Amino acid sequence: MAVENVIIIGSGPAGYTAGIYTARASLEPVLVASSVDPGGELTKTTEVENFPGFPKGIMGPDLMEEMREQAEKFGTKVVYDDVTALELDGDVKRVTLGDGTVLEALAVIFATGSAYRKLGLPNEDKLSGHGVSWCATCDGFFFRQQVIAVVGGGDSAMEEATFLTKFADKVYVIHRKNELRASKILQDRAFDDPKIEFIWDTEVVAINGDAALQSLTLRNLVSGEESALEVTGLFIAIGADPRTHLVHGKLDLTDVGTIAVAGRSSRTSLPGVFAAGDVVDPTYKQAVTAAASGTVAAIDVEHYLAALPQELKEYA
Amino acid sequence: MSNAAAVTDATWDAEVLGADDVVLVDFWAEWCGPCRAVSPILDAIAEENAGKIRIVKLNVDENPATTMKYQITGIPAMKVFKGGENVKTIVGARPKPALEAELAEFLA
Repeated sequence: MAVENVIIIGSGPAGYTAGIYTARASLEPVLVASSVDPGGELTKTTEVENFPGFPKGIMGPDLMEEMREQAEKFGTKVVYDDVTALELDGDVKRVTLGDGTVLEALAVIFATGSAYRKLGLPNEDKLSGHGVSWCATCDGFFFRQQVIAVVGGGDSAMEEATFLTKFADKVYVIHRKNELRASKILQDRAFDDPKIEFIWDTEVVAINGDAALQSLTLRNLVSGEESALEVTGLFIAIGADPRTHLVHGKLDLTDVGTIAVAGRSSRTSLPGVFAAGDVVDPTYKQAVTAAASGTVAAIDVEHYLAALPQELKEYA
Repeated sequence: MSNAAAVTDATWDAEVLGADDVVLVDFWAEWCGPCRAVSPILDAIAEENAGKIRIVKLNVDENPATTMKYQITGIPAMKVFKGGENVKTIVGARPKPALEAELAEFLA
């Protein structure tokens, strides 16, 4: 079996950009894009207004299609499967896929992004798909003329709330604080929307319903008072956690759970293993910063491969 | 495109509830990306388990009555029916091994 130069794990902006750069460097990268989630979180958004070069905006799924096409154009081989196991120590890295295939490579770029955070409440999983959702663009359609809630105070929460007013009669935004973390333009859009009503200083303490969501129990964090809110939909947008389960115990993590990298580089605690995108970024988490981070990883991989002893290079 | 036969509000009772075999209904829509991702996986599971499970699709845009009846608010939603009863529900796309694990009792 041939040993690849580099395997890229992840198909968001970081993964595809690393694909574009390593492919243009003639490294013939293999990119493992996942079986059911290729394109990553941006495929679940609507209009992306802040990616440079698109003054008219571009739809998230379209942007990811363009990135994939650009990566493939230069020779990135995209594999639609999931990584189930990794062996990262040693000169040759081994990546096991869902269908049992084992790929080998001299370098790995880990760009798995982050996964939506849950509230951690008892009925959350049971009512997922029956009122509880993490994706407004996927599920908003089902809430025509209904009264629903969004929990969260960041950019995603504001985007979801604004998007959901296309369908719902009323959208409550429930936030733990009395001010938003979201960018000004998204805040203003939500504040100006007559269908959106904010419920400040409040957390969701229970999700109620048998076959489908019927109501939420809310607690005001200032007064301690509990109240019920009747809604048929709850969209959870309280942030995301870096997706690192494949590398637990293998790579050093930071105290906030991202993969630790050396300085401004993408170098992890193991030689030949690089990380990029939201999985290393607890702060900025933008499509464009993830893409830039993918570039850093690609260039680090080029330097790493160039410095390998000749006998190792001949594997690939 | 999927190989699964389409069921509708009109054919639901005969094709799903009245069926003698185990039927998995994939609730889907054209605009749903994860539905497109899971569709070929379901095709493969149906093909590899012919005679054990029959997989059909219901378009939620075109069949609001059944969609409302089962209170579907997220797709893909995969519901397994046996003797007219909904015995299993899976919401959201999953990789093939994960889907096979969740459906194991019907594929044995």
